[in-house]
Amino acid sequence: MSVTSQPAPTDWQKASYVSAQAADARINLELETEGMILNIGPQHPATHGTLRIVVRLDGEEVIWAEPICGYMHRGYEKLTEVRTYPQVTTLINRIDWLGSFANEVPFILGAEQLMGIEAPPRAQWIRTILFEMARIANLTLFLGDMGVQLGALTPVFYAFRDREYVLNLIEAATGGRFHPNYDRIGGIKDDLPRGWVDECKGAMSKVRNFCDELEDLLMGNEIFQTRTRGVGVIPASIGLDYGLSGANIRASGVDWDLRRDAPSPLAWKEVDWKVWTHPDGDSFARYWVRLQEVREATSIIDQLLDGLPAGPIMTKVPKIIKVPAGEVWCHTENPLGEMGYYIVSQGGLGPFRCKIRSASFSNVSIVPWLLKGVYIPDVITILASLYFILGDIDR
Amino acid sequence: MFLAIELAWWQLTAIKLGAVLTVIPLGSLVLVYVFLFKMMSHMQSRLGPMEAGPHGSLQVLAEAGKFLQKEDIFPARADRTVFALAPVVVIVSTFMLYAVIPAGPDLVVEDLDTGIFFALAVGSISVIGVLMAGWSSASKYSLLGALRAAGQLIAYELPLVLAVVGVVIQAGTMSLQGIVTSQAQGEIFGFGLIGNPFILTQFVGFVIFILAAQAELTQTPFDMPVAESELVAGYMTEYSGFRFLFFFIAEFGTAFALAGIAATMFLGGWYVPFLPDGLLGNLIGPAVLGGKIMVIAFLIFWMRFTFPRFREDQLQAIAWKFLIPISLVNIAVTAVLKVVF
Repeated sequence: MSVTSQPAPTDWQKASYVSAQAADARINLELETEGMILNIGPQHPATHGTLRIVVRLDGEEVIWAEPICGYMHRGYEKLTEVRTYPQVTTLINRIDWLGSFANEVPFILGAEQLMGIEAPPRAQWIRTILFEMARIANLTLFLGDMGVQLGALTPVFYAFRDREYVLNLIEAATGGRFHPNYDRIGGIKDDLPRGWVDECKGAMSKVRNFCDELEDLLMGNEIFQTRTRGVGVIPASIGLDYGLSGANIRASGVDWDLRRDAPSPLAWKEVDWKVWTHPDGDSFARYWVRLQEVREATSIIDQLLDGLPAGPIMTKVPKIIKVPAGEVWCHTENPLGEMGYYIVSQGGLGPFRCKIRSASFSNVSIVPWLLKGVYIPDVITILASLYFILGDIDR
Repeated sequence: MFLAIELAWWQLTAIKLGAVLTVIPLGSLVLVYVFLFKMMSHMQSRLGPMEAGPHGSLQVLAEAGKFLQKEDIFPARADRTVFALAPVVVIVSTFMLYAVIPAGPDLVVEDLDTGIFFALAVGSISVIGVLMAGWSSASKYSLLGALRAAGQLIAYELPLVLAVVGVVIQAGTMSLQGIVTSQAQGEIFGFGLIGNPFILTQFVGFVIFILAAQAELTQTPFDMPVAESELVAGYMTEYSGFRFLFFFIAEFGTAFALAGIAATMFLGGWYVPFLPDGLLGNLIGPAVLGGKIMVIAFLIFWMRFTFPRFREDQLQAIAWKFLIPISLVNIAVTAVLKVVF
């Protein structure tokens, strides 16, 4: 599990290790207790909502843990079957509620693929800009919230303060702060308002300042580093086995980002940017990667604003949208990780079946493996660094 | 007495009791307003309470009123007697701390010869109250919090005491009044204008004392026992209403008292140069002490709002591997220098 390589143990070291283990085992037999079951959640400050984690404790050491989800299940997969395609975006906005716009995009792209149409370039660029803004709105809150989970109250207020600029811009463009419902099959609802581009650039520099500030205030802090370095290490192979995605797997050194690696009509290929990875795989690495991703997102948005093409924002689509029969899998790199929709259409007004793959559900599945043998404070660190949104787990 | 009237013993006792009973809530309310409400808000780029009173200054009273109106809830499986008693034990410990802190040449409730020893001894009674609260709540979060608190308070009691020893050696007395006098009359290499506040010669002791006091108060970065994101509120989880208020007042009252002790031992207490004797000195003294307390409290709360918290094992490691050895070295060096000079 350890990342650094260590010299091969000598015979003497092996012998002492074995004897120590034997002694340990004997002591534990005598002092073996059942342990205490502790319910972390469903109502608990550390679970961002209603996730319940049952842990069995020996002292403060976790010997067994299981996340129990479903307290917020809203049945979106079933609901999509009785809605028309344009109505579905309203629902799926509420999956990952901090980066709502990013939820709409893969669904719309999938429907467009089935219909064989493509939005005009300006619409694709605006989609990409708002997608990255959703990423910033989502991840800045993580950057502050991690501090709260570790006991530092101040960063989260900075996060809320600077996230506000981004939310205001999203509201100015789409009409909704949290749930934009802005993406349409064949384009987007409205064009950008006048003056939006300049204001957006100002907001991006504010977000960059926020990143620098947090780097000084929280990430550079000795206590923060001792609390997070080496805590909750996910080796790349294990992470891949559990289906982790997004920053969680990039922090384990896997260079995999769907924005770059999956074919997509969105505008990421038009700009110059970098996928950040970190070799350590611990909580600190996950924080570090997300901080870099916010920075990268601001630079992506700046470049996209500079090159924003003119033209229509909507392609020609029929008044009543009927999607031809077929199946499609469309996924994008959302703030929390890979998010995808498998849409089965039978030619009706709405999807026949829609499977939603949301990142947090898979990201949380590693919790039982990861929590074994850690202490309660580290449970909180690990849960915070895995970063899940309850709506994204339960759908 | 500095007043020209003779008072009977019971009258004097009543005055002293009244004074302490006013100072505890007043001190904690001031700390809550100035630091917890206002300083924290401004550090976090927000305004904090603004509506009640000028600049929100009456908000603390509103909060206290809110707690008094709340229902006094006992958990179903709680040990009712112990549960009810625990906050009282904690606040009594705070109460007794004030007995030995001098606020002026004659303004002290009881000038014990072993003043600082007494203060540190009664200060640790609160551990019992915390354990009682955690155990009797019949809640797992409370229990974990109480055990953490017990471990932490005992561990940090040691550096707290050891940091004081250096001052005691230098002053040659354990009486807090005596320590103030010795700072007032001390001189640094023959220069006696500002006296000799022990923060200059005992700087290491001062730093250790502040860190240990931070841990004794269970404030961030040492707030494991009440870690909100882990244990909800630790041993206070099940408390509501005025019993919770008791814990709250005790926490900030203790902060005020420990800041007072630190100010007395390291910053010269109520003494400033050219302080007149007699009645005027007794009137200025409390203000001077109050100012110094605010300076120390600012340090404590500044740390509280800035840092994340330690983990339990890291916290213990700091106490045992770092603070205690350094304070032992500090004592040895102080003792040697005391003999040399």
